[in-house]
Amino acid sequence: MPTVAPLDLEGHVAGVAFLGEVPFFAESSGLIHRLDHGHKTVKAHDGLLCCVRDEATDTLLTGGEDGKVLRVKADGTTTEIASVPRKWISQVAAGPQGSVGYAYGKTAHVRLADGSVKDFTEERTVEGIAFAPKGMRIALARYNGVSLHWVAMAGQPTALEWKGAHTGVTFSPDGRFVVTTMQENALHGWKLDTKPGAETRHMRMTGYPAKVKSTSWSVKGKWLASSGAPAAIVWPFQAKDGPMGKAPLELGTRANIMVTQVACHPVEEIAAIGYADGMILVVRFADSKEVLLRRPGKGAITAMAWSKNGRQLAFGSEAGDCGVVDIAA
Amino acid sequence: MTEATTAKPIPVTVLTGYLGAGKTTLLNRILSENHGRKYAVIVNEFGEIGIDNDLIVESDEEIYEMNNGCVCCTVRGDLIRVVEGLMRRPGRFDAIIVETTGLADPVPVAQTFFMDDDVRAKTELDAVVALVDAKHLPLRLKDSREAEDQIAFADVVLLNKTDLVTPEELAKVEATVRVINPTARIHRTERSEIDLTKVLDQGAFNLERALENDPHFLDQDDHDHDHDHACGPDCTHDHHHHDHDHHGHDHHHHDHGPSPIHDVTVQSVSLRGGEMNPDRFFPWIQKITQTEGPNILRLKGIIAFKGDEERYVVQGVHMIIEGDHQRRWKDGEKRESRLVFIGRELDREKLERTFKACEATPAEAAAH
Repeated sequence: MPTVAPLDLEGHVAGVAFLGEVPFFAESSGLIHRLDHGHKTVKAHDGLLCCVRDEATDTLLTGGEDGKVLRVKADGTTTEIASVPRKWISQVAAGPQGSVGYAYGKTAHVRLADGSVKDFTEERTVEGIAFAPKGMRIALARYNGVSLHWVAMAGQPTALEWKGAHTGVTFSPDGRFVVTTMQENALHGWKLDTKPGAETRHMRMTGYPAKVKSTSWSVKGKWLASSGAPAAIVWPFQAKDGPMGKAPLELGTRANIMVTQVACHPVEEIAAIGYADGMILVVRFADSKEVLLRRPGKGAITAMAWSKNGRQLAFGSEAGDCGVVDIAA
Repeated sequence: MTEATTAKPIPVTVLTGYLGAGKTTLLNRILSENHGRKYAVIVNEFGEIGIDNDLIVESDEEIYEMNNGCVCCTVRGDLIRVVEGLMRRPGRFDAIIVETTGLADPVPVAQTFFMDDDVRAKTELDAVVALVDAKHLPLRLKDSREAEDQIAFADVVLLNKTDLVTPEELAKVEATVRVINPTARIHRTERSEIDLTKVLDQGAFNLERALENDPHFLDQDDHDHDHDHACGPDCTHDHHHHDHDHHGHDHHHHDHGPSPIHDVTVQSVSLRGGEMNPDRFFPWIQKITQTEGPNILRLKGIIAFKGDEERYVVQGVHMIIEGDHQRRWKDGEKRESRLVFIGRELDREKLERTFKACEATPAEAAAH
């Protein structure tokens, strides 16, 4: 039976992550909490907008309303990566070997481990950044598509065009696909490994009743889970052409409560599904079997993350009621 | 913290106006006057805002066309992002003000608050306030469609810099504004000086309030036509004395004839009818907004339905239309339907004829 260790914070939680065995909770106020032999807190930002984990260095990267990009270590110490007064930094991404991507306005910046910074300017606002799983390549989501830039080389980016506003971007773990979340209720995907000169392969993933705000790749990238419906919508990506012509799984379906967050397990083909009422289920892809991890709480789930071994799930909500679920207990 | 999810929507005021019309001066007034309310302000450039307020957010205007084939369905992507960020910590402010650039189209700004589900869930458009430079408006109307759109789209117009024009010029400019927008409340100001209760918390898009605090909305018969002419030099009307207490809805003009200024391309069509048959009215208004949507900047109306004890109010922006029951008809209140369209290339004759055709017949009255 899963057990929940609650952590009640003041307000909206923008991100959660495990560094080592320690769960971290990043509040939109700018406070970062961790449960490391007791509840410890650091004031990182004056207003925190985003928080991601950097796999390569096992640290957090955060961006804020104060125009700062910070790296937060497991012991809570912070180092400043960038400071842009009076700009909101709502996009940060972790790259290989300690490189960091961040964006404001029409320009994305990549700060390399040696401290040098590369700039990539688009015609429209950069709304999402993702590093490719291999090689120093970044995808920038913007109006009417995605631009792919090689970080180390000057030159024209590869433009992946699709009409509409693209608000976020992710690479599949094998690097074969790029998928964006859109302003309209849809995901859009491109297949990257087409032969040179061949026509770009598009994947339209539509039918959502709401905007997709959360996506998560399953182990080895076989599935892409997404929010935006009263069920987790899980697209099959194991085939050569991804989900083209295939129906997605619908997991954890509830009558009229929307899924707000999804987090695929690091080892098993299961996903944690967080809902607008604060409930969390874990569901197995193979047979849709559900287990309740947390009953409804005070607000919508806004963040979830598994520990590395997949035994614990940290979660946060818009109302500040957070916690850690131990599924092995 | 459960109130965070069920809280009242945060009101949003949109300030429009050409460069130099006085937006920043008004903004500085709003931020510095002692009214006990806290504002988050979204600006295009920090520029001249002299107030130290950490809730001033700069954002690059980013227009999104929605992927539904409708050219008028545009929203502001930057506002969606910033409002979402602000609303994560709602306790910091009581209301939001959006300042637009001089050349900004007010429509995508307003439509953001209707078309984006997340923004709509947490905020509510309160009013669009246009600042107009009384001295330079004639020139602006010559060289830009935006200046006209901003007036046409506004709920409140501040006719500013009145000290820089003669009474004759002022009257002419006000008459022009009135031709472009017959329903807006007009206030004459110098240096953007105005009682802020006339600008903020207007509820102009709130169906329950929109027309309630505007008792003379489209009133044509029982209202004295004192002001529908351009005042001469010896005019003694009180509006020349900047007595703001007597401004506001006293100033509705209903003379929508051709504009004396050739540069005005916006027109308004005011419709008036008896009690309506809902089975004909709703399909009609749907069809009109679908087919004429791109030409309709705003529409507002009060509808009396046959056999319905409550007033029905409607309003729209391009193809977006909302309607709801507002309140019971009062005893002795005349049950009639009034509707005004503000837009371009509107077919007045067709609108009048088809609107009339939605009226309930005596036979239908019995059936209801």
